[in-house]
Amino acid sequence: MGDGPDSGDEDDPDAETDGGVRAYTVRLELVDEPGELLRALAPIAESGGNLLSIHHERGNITPRGHIPVEVDLECPPDRFDDIVQALRDAGVNVIQAGEEHYGEEVNVVLVGRLVETDLSNTLSRIEDEADAVVLDLSLAAPDGTEGIASARARLAIDSGRTEDALAAIRSIGTDKELTIVEPLLGGEA
Amino acid sequence: MRLAILGAGDVGQSVADLAGEYGHEVVALADSTSATVDSDGIAVRDVLERKVGDDALGSDDPEDVFGIEYDVLVEATPTTLGDAEPGFTHVQRALEADRNVVLANKGPVAERYAELRALEAESAGSIRFEATVGGAIPVLSTIEDCTPQAVTAVRGVLNGTANFILTRMAAEGLDYEHVLAEAQDLGVAEADPTFDVDGTDAALKFVILANVLADGGFALDDATVEGIQNIPGSALDLAAEDGRTIRLIGEATRDGVRVGPRLVPENGALAVTGTRNIVQIETRNAGSLHSSGRGAGGPETATAVLSDVGRLPPL
Repeated sequence: MGDGPDSGDEDDPDAETDGGVRAYTVRLELVDEPGELLRALAPIAESGGNLLSIHHERGNITPRGHIPVEVDLECPPDRFDDIVQALRDAGVNVIQAGEEHYGEEVNVVLVGRLVETDLSNTLSRIEDEADAVVLDLSLAAPDGTEGIASARARLAIDSGRTEDALAAIRSIGTDKELTIVEPLLGGEA
Repeated sequence: MRLAILGAGDVGQSVADLAGEYGHEVVALADSTSATVDSDGIAVRDVLERKVGDDALGSDDPEDVFGIEYDVLVEATPTTLGDAEPGFTHVQRALEADRNVVLANKGPVAERYAELRALEAESAGSIRFEATVGGAIPVLSTIEDCTPQAVTAVRGVLNGTANFILTRMAAEGLDYEHVLAEAQDLGVAEADPTFDVDGTDAALKFVILANVLADGGFALDDATVEGIQNIPGSALDLAAEDGRTIRLIGEATRDGVRVGPRLVPENGALAVTGTRNIVQIETRNAGSLHSSGRGAGGPETATAVLSDVGRLPPL
């Protein structure tokens, strides 16, 4: 599995040419229910990934009561994004993917008529246009759903892509007349 | 040195008051309507008493200031935007007469930096403007000491009014309007606080910093500016859930100027409280330097003016 001819490495200077596969780590967050682990691993195998090891941290519960699982796998570099996508399509929460993937977590605070302007649409636009994963969300609407509300979103973003992601979120904010309070990057803030 | 002071607000008055302590002599003090001018030195205390009593500063015309012998023109008239007049013309006249100029007025340095530097190049005199950025905090002299080329960015909180409002909102869980009214009662915010809360005042200071880093090229129109008027108390509460708070942060680099509300670590260096200011100077070879202190106030800003006077090269 995964050792077939590989032709997808011409764009990726880091791609291994020896055998055409590389090792990756994905960090998942699973609901504590029977069968969840198997359900999470199936998309990896089905998309051409080769499982190397599974570290199931049963004693270590995430703040939302979920169980973190670390999976080492190998696959051709051009298949890796498909594997991550297949996991997401199967409803598995991928909190970190690959050595370089989703290396940064940032918070943004959104302010405005969040409910009237369709918060779930705002969040899916952030995921699509900013290429970020919404890990966590808190909403405060002290004046009711009609009034000005605030939301804090914790986002996972590819390493080195935070500036681009924030620029995309700024432009979504402009579209929807939301104030975006961004984190201060750089220096020792 | 003989100081001619234009502008008799808090800063101009404090410069006149403290000049003697720094070994300087005041030969003129003028506001927009009247002046006291004496090349042997004016009686500062009497003049300031007249000002406090709302009387004219003296029987001379503000125009007479340019007719006497002085070493340094202290430009402390109110900051104006756009053409930055009449401050710019005051500086121009002093430099054309081969005098030194120390500015507390942000307008000319933020809006017409290249013109100022061109005038300075033609003059025997020099300009300095430490007081325009962060009051008593030595920001520009620190950059000068590190050399501007080795400074990669300057970030920080340079508006005490906006910082006071955000601090109170976070601490008391109050909304913007409520805290603004309180700040006005305390005299922290002006009756018209627009320039402070919409980010303009901070932006002018970061434009000046960008001009120093890049040797010109920036004016207020080049800055991306957002204020704090739209930040509700609930946004500060949410930020606190994750150990953050919101501050009106400015950033100046050679590429641009940006001012807006930003998330910073609650216990981080930039999360100063109350009216305190802070700057973080990011250097290529020495990491980040932080300076914090009072960024406004008459005597505080006057110390920056008088330090500049002391740093002037001899004419």
